[in-house]
Amino acid sequence: MALLEVISVSKLFAGSPVLYDVSFHTDEGEIVCLLGPSGCGKTTLLRIVAGLETADRGRMSFDGHPLDNVPVHHRGFGLMFQDYALFPHKDVVANVAFGLRMQALPQLQVEARVAEMLTLVGLAGYEHRRVYDLSGGEQQRVALARSLAPGPRLLMLDEPLGSLDRALREELMNELRAILKRVGVTAIYVTHDQQEAFAVADRVIIMDRGHIVQQGTPRAVYRHPASPWVAHFLGLTNLIPARVVSLDPLQVETPLGRFTLQEAESVATGQQVTLLIRPEAAHLVAGYPDEGSVLVEGMVRECSFRGSHYRLLIQHEAGLDLVFKLIPNATHLPQPGEPVALALRSGAISLLVEEPR
Amino acid sequence: MRVGSRFSQSWAKGRKWQRRAASLIYLLPLAFLALFYFYPLTEIFSLSLAPQGKLDLAPFRTIFTAPYYVRVLGFTTGQALLSTLLTLLAGMPAAYAFARYDFRGKSLLRALTTVPFVMPTMVVAAAFTALLGPKGHLNAWLVAALGLDSPPLHLQHTLALVLIAHVFYNATIVVRLVGGFWANLDPRVEEAARVLGAGRWQTFREVTLPILLPSIIAASLLVFLFCFTSFGVILVLGGPQLTTIEVEIYYQAVPLFHLPLAAALSIGQMAFTFAIMAVYTRMQAQAAVPLNLRPIQATQRRLPSLRRGSLRSHSPRPCPLTLPRHTGTARSGQAGQVERGGQVWRAHLTVWGSVGGLLVLLLAPLLALIDHSFSLEGTYTLRYYKALFTNPLQSYFYVPPAEAIRNSLLVAGATVALSLVIGLISAHLLTGPSDPLKTILDPLFMLPLGTSAVTLGFGYIIALDQPPLNLRASPLLLPLAHSLVAFPFVVRSLLPVLRGMNPHWREAAGILGASPPRVVREIDLPIVARALLVGAVFAFTVSMGEFGATLLIARPNFPTMPIVIYRLLGTQGALNQGQGLAMSTLLMIVCAVGFLLIERFRVGEIGEF
Repeated sequence: MALLEVISVSKLFAGSPVLYDVSFHTDEGEIVCLLGPSGCGKTTLLRIVAGLETADRGRMSFDGHPLDNVPVHHRGFGLMFQDYALFPHKDVVANVAFGLRMQALPQLQVEARVAEMLTLVGLAGYEHRRVYDLSGGEQQRVALARSLAPGPRLLMLDEPLGSLDRALREELMNELRAILKRVGVTAIYVTHDQQEAFAVADRVIIMDRGHIVQQGTPRAVYRHPASPWVAHFLGLTNLIPARVVSLDPLQVETPLGRFTLQEAESVATGQQVTLLIRPEAAHLVAGYPDEGSVLVEGMVRECSFRGSHYRLLIQHEAGLDLVFKLIPNATHLPQPGEPVALALRSGAISLLVEEPR
Repeated sequence: MRVGSRFSQSWAKGRKWQRRAASLIYLLPLAFLALFYFYPLTEIFSLSLAPQGKLDLAPFRTIFTAPYYVRVLGFTTGQALLSTLLTLLAGMPAAYAFARYDFRGKSLLRALTTVPFVMPTMVVAAAFTALLGPKGHLNAWLVAALGLDSPPLHLQHTLALVLIAHVFYNATIVVRLVGGFWANLDPRVEEAARVLGAGRWQTFREVTLPILLPSIIAASLLVFLFCFTSFGVILVLGGPQLTTIEVEIYYQAVPLFHLPLAAALSIGQMAFTFAIMAVYTRMQAQAAVPLNLRPIQATQRRLPSLRRGSLRSHSPRPCPLTLPRHTGTARSGQAGQVERGGQVWRAHLTVWGSVGGLLVLLLAPLLALIDHSFSLEGTYTLRYYKALFTNPLQSYFYVPPAEAIRNSLLVAGATVALSLVIGLISAHLLTGPSDPLKTILDPLFMLPLGTSAVTLGFGYIIALDQPPLNLRASPLLLPLAHSLVAFPFVVRSLLPVLRGMNPHWREAAGILGASPPRVVREIDLPIVARALLVGAVFAFTVSMGEFGATLLIARPNFPTMPIVIYRLLGTQGALNQGQGLAMSTLLMIVCAVGFLLIERFRVGEIGEF
């Protein structure tokens, strides 16, 4: 049973549409991630759900009740802003207690709940600190405690880790999911960072220019991008134009040569498709490839060390650039200008049945 | 689940109604400006251009051809130029010291340099009479020190006295505007010039000065404008011989009652000041261009201690004082130490010479005023203060002076209320996303600041004492005029806070369950409260000290404190003079306390020019 249901929502800003006919739902206790580049409309969608903006078309319901005419302060939702929007004139306790005071809870209950929340986010002992004296990570925790304190039935998070540095982000990403799951709250999480989305979400909704372009579990989305655009957005850049030449076995003709695919796709002979080669699915070979794998040859253009892997940019003689991630090992590391041969593991290639944009 | 569809419908309706009411409220400041600013000004226009109902340019011909008026115009411009030059000379060294050095008590000293700026003109006039007048402190001291028979300084009613008073008033503009810009200027720009081989003076001339120039010009224009329209200082300290356009407008309008001539002078002056204002806003916009601006912490050196121990200590870090890093610090041994010692002395001389010198100039008259108000023939007495509360028989005043204190407080209270309401609505109108309307409204709300008070008062006399809007006898006339002068200050106090309001704060409160009125109470009001207080104190101080407009429109039996001071100082007799000084001291204390409150509570850039 869907808790929140968004049906055919559209929104115009100054005459130009920012959301086209967007529909999605969230289940009870689910963490749904709205993922997309900046300007794709994900924050607008979140604000419409929160009641801070109104949709021009479409409707929404929550727990079976229509939501469209409920003012923001009666929705009983929580929203964590990217800049946290902590009240500058209130200390940590007063920030966290705000929503509880709005419910006119007795003082003792407010205090108990605030203490519980601060313990939950690991800020016990920070009660009377001024919010402006806190570090970014601490502010983020106060914001989380504040939005969770009134026990919202739906929590929305707008790029909650967006203004933190990389290391802190990595740490808080996992902690955030743990806290949300411990509380069991239904959450909509907006981000432009696919790693963050994959780490936090149960389900990912990918948006592009006001459209929802794909929904699914992080694993499914990464395994089967719905389009070249999604693949590119997820960091899968080796996209090669291809043409189906036979159906059994499924074979495509590309500038790199002919590829045979294991997975079945509903395509027709002669159809133009896109071939996706995963960057992590290659290794250097000295001579002939192993049985069942495909060989790609090219000239090394760049080879840069990235810690856990090397990033290798090669240029195929057909003029295509391909990027691979190589696990460093004892073998010789190719230098720019050197010709190399890379063996692709089976399953490293898949077909995207849509024209590249 | 707190979802109620019945409620939500009425809420949506309520919001529509609220929006309509809100747009009506926005008309209030516009109506206020139209009625009490533009209407009087258009009356001045019609009076000067068409005195008898048909076009007649005779008044204009007179002011541009008659030798007397040409002289007045020349004197007004000349004294303003001289004052500006002297103010720059007095203010620049202190601006440098405040910008480039960090020393104990700096913020207090900087605040003290601003005190004169908030002093009512009558207080300043009284203070300079007390310091430099025939019976002033300086003359008394010179007589005693040199054993003279008569006071050697005859500054009363001279240009010199007027110029000194103008420097006193406006030095803080240079310190704040130029110093503020200088403080954020990256010293590495200067260091780069030094490394490239420029000497100290060359660096200043080739690098620092050109970068500072927009702010120096902006400050100069502002000082020039204030001196050009100076009224009270000239009227009291300049005496009958020295007449600026502003003073001439008053003479023509009130004692001589040549209204068309006064109107023509007003228009000429207004055209001129608006031209200057236009240049000033452009210069200020240029000065605001971030040219490598850095936080103040990164641009200032601590003033090192003069104690010998600290001179000897070998610090591994480069000494924070030495400007030329490539000399001195890298060297060791006797020579380097001596040089460092010399630089420490020079730094102290720079800071205390410039800041101390300026402060003596600025504070001596005020201290002399206090001292004089308590002394009678060499002994300290409260006689003048007591006399304020009696009405001596020989007095031709309508009211005992103390009643003026009550009048001033009443007017100031009404001004605070009025200007806060208008200012709050105006500031609210100016916040939010920018649109073409706001870019017009913003300078429009600042217009009253660029209009001379005497012109304003004159406009009130001719426009508001006849139908359709007859306020001649209304007790609201003074608060209306004062609010017009004060509400731009309220707007300026509120704008930074309102613009700094994160809209997410309100949204967060709403999501957490606060209804729109509750959001105002919990979020907007507490955050804006301090700025409102600052605006209120500004309005109060402006109203307490306002002289130019008040002199024209106050009813004779309802004088305010500055009016009574003017009358008392203009009357012979030690008791009258003493009472004037006592009243000035009281007014000075009120304004100084107000100023301290503003400094204490202001947020960010509030109150900058």
